[in-house]
Amino acid sequence: MQAKQSVNDFVIKFANVNGTGSASANSMFAKAIFRMGIPVSPRNIFPSNIQGMPTWYEVRVSQDGYLGRRGGIDIMVSVNPQSIKRDVAEVESGGYFIYDSTKPLDLRLIRDDITYFGIPFTDICLREYTDARQRLLFKNVIYVGALSALLNIDFNVLKDLVADQFKGKEKLITPNIYALELGYQYAVTHFDCPIGIHLERGHKLAKHIEDFDNILMDGNTAAALGAVYAGATVAAWYPITPSTSVVDAFDKYCRRLRIDPGTGKKNYAIIQAEDELSALGMVIGANWNGARAFTATSGPGVSLMSEFLGLAYFAEVPTVLIDVQRAGPSTGMPTRTQQSDVLMAAYASHGDTKHVLLFPATPAECFSMTVEAFDLAERLQTPIIIMSDLDLGMNEWMSPPLEFDADFKYDRGKVLSAADLDNMEERFGRYKDVDGDGIPYRTYPGVHPDKGAYFTRGTSRDEYAAYTEDGDEYVRNMDRLLRKFETAKGLVPEPKIKQSEMETRYGAVFFGTTASPAYEAIEILEKEGIDLDTMRIRSFPFNHEVEQFIREHDRIFVIEQNRDGQMRRLMLNETSVPAKEKFIPILEYNGLPVTARKIAGMIRNYVTHGNVTPLTRRTAAEEISA
Amino acid sequence: MTFVKPAFRHPDAPINELGRSRQDYEGGLSTLCAGCGHDSVSAAIIDACFELNIEPHKVAKLSGIGCSSKTPAYFLSGSHSFNSVHGRMPSVATGANLANRDLIYIGISGDGDTASIGLGQFAHVVRRNLNMTYIVENNGCYGLTKGQDSATMDTGSPNKKGDINMYSPIDLARLAIEIGATFVGRSFSGDKQQLIPLIKAAISHRGFALLDVVSPCVTFNNHTESTKSYEHMRSANTDMPVDFVPMRQEITATYDSGATCEVCMHDGSVVRLYKQDNDYDIEDRQSALEATSHYAKEGKILTGLLYIQRDSEELHDVLDTARRPLNSMNELQLCPGPRFLDSINAGLR
Repeated sequence: MQAKQSVNDFVIKFANVNGTGSASANSMFAKAIFRMGIPVSPRNIFPSNIQGMPTWYEVRVSQDGYLGRRGGIDIMVSVNPQSIKRDVAEVESGGYFIYDSTKPLDLRLIRDDITYFGIPFTDICLREYTDARQRLLFKNVIYVGALSALLNIDFNVLKDLVADQFKGKEKLITPNIYALELGYQYAVTHFDCPIGIHLERGHKLAKHIEDFDNILMDGNTAAALGAVYAGATVAAWYPITPSTSVVDAFDKYCRRLRIDPGTGKKNYAIIQAEDELSALGMVIGANWNGARAFTATSGPGVSLMSEFLGLAYFAEVPTVLIDVQRAGPSTGMPTRTQQSDVLMAAYASHGDTKHVLLFPATPAECFSMTVEAFDLAERLQTPIIIMSDLDLGMNEWMSPPLEFDADFKYDRGKVLSAADLDNMEERFGRYKDVDGDGIPYRTYPGVHPDKGAYFTRGTSRDEYAAYTEDGDEYVRNMDRLLRKFETAKGLVPEPKIKQSEMETRYGAVFFGTTASPAYEAIEILEKEGIDLDTMRIRSFPFNHEVEQFIREHDRIFVIEQNRDGQMRRLMLNETSVPAKEKFIPILEYNGLPVTARKIAGMIRNYVTHGNVTPLTRRTAAEEISA
Repeated sequence: MTFVKPAFRHPDAPINELGRSRQDYEGGLSTLCAGCGHDSVSAAIIDACFELNIEPHKVAKLSGIGCSSKTPAYFLSGSHSFNSVHGRMPSVATGANLANRDLIYIGISGDGDTASIGLGQFAHVVRRNLNMTYIVENNGCYGLTKGQDSATMDTGSPNKKGDINMYSPIDLARLAIEIGATFVGRSFSGDKQQLIPLIKAAISHRGFALLDVVSPCVTFNNHTESTKSYEHMRSANTDMPVDFVPMRQEITATYDSGATCEVCMHDGSVVRLYKQDNDYDIEDRQSALEATSHYAKEGKILTGLLYIQRDSEELHDVLDTARRPLNSMNELQLCPGPRFLDSINAGLR
């Protein structure tokens, strides 16, 4: 057997039981690698459950800086007997299997093409600790200690992380470091460390994450900070995975940053609503009244919010909605990722509606796009939906640092002050297109004793906000809304286009978390002589650059994480280029982030065989590892 | 039918302390059916705001969907108004109030809008004690869709087609008292004497004030057997008259002390009540529930101020929000700036 050998380039997976405290130990493991200057991307693969179910943590280490999932597992750390059978099967040939050897391994789990490291975690815990809770918790720290020997993790980095983690609870530092040492000592005593796959200090320099001082953070926290920086004062929400941590983080930062120094009172308000309908209603009410307000939810919440999204669109009330997508339809797979709300979000609500969408791909973009969303919402007086997903929102990503311009001023849009109203010669018309860009002027309630009051409604109205059923007035208004949507094309973030070094007829289009594995897949293919230009879409409505890209390529692979090719359909619907024959859907929708290998495989199959599906039937184990 | 509202007003029409006439508190011409109870409620709101010397632009009117929810167009045209979606006015009002606590919020809803599609939002806005006046124009039917039964229709009451309602009714006033409302009144659109002071007291109340106003639907639910008809209300109404004395005004009239009680409001104004039952403590939740059900059992409808809790924490108190309206803050108060972001970045390395 040829055991795998590599430096700073592997995939390791932890098989745990949820509710046992493994998440923080696993996170410490990933952060240690990050602090060693090596590109890393950890992912929680967790159940919709609080305690007792299998849960996994997959960490990609990539010297080249690839942050998407690669596909395949090189090292498995098995701490959960429930899932051990499939965990053994998942390890690639030549890989490593680290397990709890307190009891001997079932002979049926022995493969001759992988290397086993048995460490008696339970035994060590029984010997060292008397308290049941400690035995459970320290087991996680012990395996991280063992890994530091096996994989050559700098032990001082781990010690620093423990100190950071228990700042304020210093009593816990020593026992945790002791537990790390227990694992470390066992491994160096019993095995030849480090093993064939291991780490060496790097410089975090990698072509895909550029040469800068990266941070490691989750997208939801970044989006929450964006809302703080954008001046959001009202947040209304209803708990739902995977978006809950957006408002949790907003709350956390507001408690720190938004307490009035003079009075100790809060310069913000957060309401946990009775449901998502109410959450968006509150956001609309607050925005109507001149505060910046937002909500965060996932697909089921957006379904419920559709009615209010239609109102905000038609009554022209700024609204910011963060949709952290998960696998649907219905309750679907609540703790699995997908990009399957694209069409619903674009057209949410009955009647002719269209919404502005933003597609962040990194935590830095979650931050900047959330800041931008509030400006866009007020500038355009319409809902702005930020399309994140579980993978980006809940996992830690290496990202460029968050940036904010000291001179940044909020764009509050077309709002008339009391003085503006006094200086106006003509009559104020709430829905008059004064500037020809489709965007009318608004006033805040209470602005002026005698001027500027109007009736906001979801019913058809004339330019002065008076109810009307006049067909011509209705059409004029609907056409103005369309004009406003055209204006939006010039304001939303442009796509990121990368030209291949070789001239090519092939293009690839993707967005959000599909970008990382897609860029990697394009490089895999490039080495094989298949060249593709790429376009990462960052917003809807599509501007002319999107149309141009479609026009300039004969075959375009549209890579996305849903069953129906929703972005492909949206482009067919909303661009003027006849492209039905050009678009080839490259889809993943099993709830796990799509892998570079899968994308490369499907494109390769199309280019060589004219078909994206694999030609040979694969075994179950291959299916899992793909 | 008239389509243009005459602009003429008598030159000697009274003006209030702000120098405004009652006309300044009016709205557009009502398009509801002639004789609709809702128009009387709108008129009572106009009188209440005029007499309370409220600046119209300091009021925000909110409503859901239905006949009742159209009425904000018929009063206070100098106020901003938000006619939202069906049953969802409470959430829009909540957001609006969070953004600017300095305005007066008047929500208008109906029995369909509140007791059916909006029951969830209604219950929660009551729980949160949002500082607003919430008026339900209750006629026991869906007027705008031509007379279907609503959830407040009494059991055994027939609709216009003669079908008897066999479902249990929702008594919004009792429900609100049960789940923590701090001001609950019931009235009848035909009783201006009681309704106007009740609206004034509701607006002066700090916290959530519900007024459940029986407001007959002349077109679909005003027949003899209906328990929401003018005729029935005139015979079954057991009214507790209400007076409202604004703050700083001297109380001069005297009443038989055995039958009255005075409640001093948060802002110093006084509500004076004339009770039917001397044992009924207006500030005791349980007494209020017992009194209303006692009269209901006799086929009577107790109207007046049913319950009040004077010193309660409204939503802003609970949230501990700044005294200054959130919508008046800018980058200076709200944006932490790039240096803090540097420290965030540093903590994530």
